Amino acid sequence: MAGVVAVAAESLAGGRARAARTVLDQVVLPGEELLLPEQEDAEGPGGTGERPLRLNAGVRARVRVVCGPGLRRCGDRLLVTKCGRLRYKEPGGSGGGGGVYWVDSQQKRYVPVKGDHVIGIVTAKSGDIFKVDVGGSEPASLSYLAFEGATKRNRPNVQVGDLIYGQFVVANKDMEPEMVCIDSCGRANGMGVIGQDGLLFKVTLGLIRKLLAPDCEILQEVGKLYPLEIVFGMNGRIWVKAKTIQQTLILANILEACEHMTADQRKQIFSRLAES
Amino acid sequence: MEGVMRTDAKMRTESGAESSPRGPGCSLRHFACEQNLLSRPDGSASFLQGDTSVLAGVYGPAEVKVSKEIFNKATLEVILRPKIGLPGVAEKSRERLIRNTCEAVVLGALHPRTSITVVLQVVSDAGSLLACGLNAACMALVDAGVPMRALFCGVTCALDSEGTLVLDPTAKQEKEARAILTFALDSVERKLLMSTTKGLYSDAELQQCLAAAQAASQHVFRFYRESLQRRYSKS
Repeated sequence: MAGVVAVAAESLAGGRARAARTVLDQVVLPGEELLLPEQEDAEGPGGTGERPLRLNAGVRARVRVVCGPGLRRCGDRLLVTKCGRLRYKEPGGSGGGGGVYWVDSQQKRYVPVKGDHVIGIVTAKSGDIFKVDVGGSEPASLSYLAFEGATKRNRPNVQVGDLIYGQFVVANKDMEPEMVCIDSCGRANGMGVIGQDGLLFKVTLGLIRKLLAPDCEILQEVGKLYPLEIVFGMNGRIWVKAKTIQQTLILANILEACEHMTADQRKQIFSRLAES
Repeated sequence: MEGVMRTDAKMRTESGAESSPRGPGCSLRHFACEQNLLSRPDGSASFLQGDTSVLAGVYGPAEVKVSKEIFNKATLEVILRPKIGLPGVAEKSRERLIRNTCEAVVLGALHPRTSITVVLQVVSDAGSLLACGLNAACMALVDAGVPMRALFCGVTCALDSEGTLVLDPTAKQEKEARAILTFALDSVERKLLMSTTKGLYSDAELQQCLAAAQAASQHVFRFYRESLQRRYSKS
């Protein structure tokens, strides 16, 4: 229990907007406003440091930033809508725009986002589409033609209760989400019906993002332990299959516990399992 | 604002013969909060104020029945269960107050045709129940990751027969008071989101209670901030 006895008083005029740069990697709360950094003045064409003439001399232009999850635009400021750590990513390469700001929050409930790869469970077959439960507020629809090599004559072999790995092509707040199991070239690319056996379990969205990060050592260590097949869905679902049921269960427990363990505890557990 | 609480002679800052000790310099009882303690709901929190404790769970944004869906925003439902007995009219009225407060703060337009359900269970009631319920609901909504435009908190004031103002009254103080006022305040500018009052009080006393509640709400918001920072510092 986090107990606190408040002692000192603050001024009533709290909640002033702070510059986004000063709050990076700190915990931000809903309701806070962040100021965006101002644009650097470009060098004049003469090269001697002349400033270009501005029509509205008093206002300085702001950098264009991308507003990621957990932030909303409000005037020329960013309003924080979720609690978490504020993160920033530099603009890559050709310097278009000012980078991305987002809030790294811990959540269990998934909200469909276009382009996300997710694991869904087929709940119904109605006419030409399958209804797939992806853990969001409504089931996604999946057309039977959205599989590699599927035609009207050659229907894919999908039954109710099957696991599907696909990506969203339509996912916004106003429409029913739609998913497909082919990429833009028409190839499956790993998507489609997930095979027999194995175990599907649910974890938090933050853990999935951590495991899918490019420099994650957990996956490499797990791979050295047993040969396995694993599928990660951005909706918090993981499907695991190893040679025996016992190994599958051990892997599932390790991945679930990863969220709360430190790196040292994890290494201990792995070394103990590798011995036995 | 410490000055406001000390110089106003009518306000009691000493606990006196109360069973629950109060923090120095602040009239609110000791509070504590725990988040993410239930495995089923998307967000959960338990809020403790003195001996009053409320457990809140939030489910959402989830599927909604066609009869209850709203085309352009989320349907917010609040269910309050008392400690013993079936929920009655008093619970219904408290549910409505909490729902109106949450609707003012939650960005429902981002999740149309979904439902966000807040379930509150009274674990123990020792005065200021509605305020404790509001605080628990706010912490649970933050834990679930529901987008909000601000945080909110609940503060209760009681006026006794001499006109002395007591913040966060215990059950005994509430019974002996001539008026009990509960306010819900938001975190951005301490604006009033909801107020419910019972009893006899004058216009000046109302303003005084509101000012005291606004001053006390800073302590609650500072506690929220510390509690959330502690939670995110572990990961």
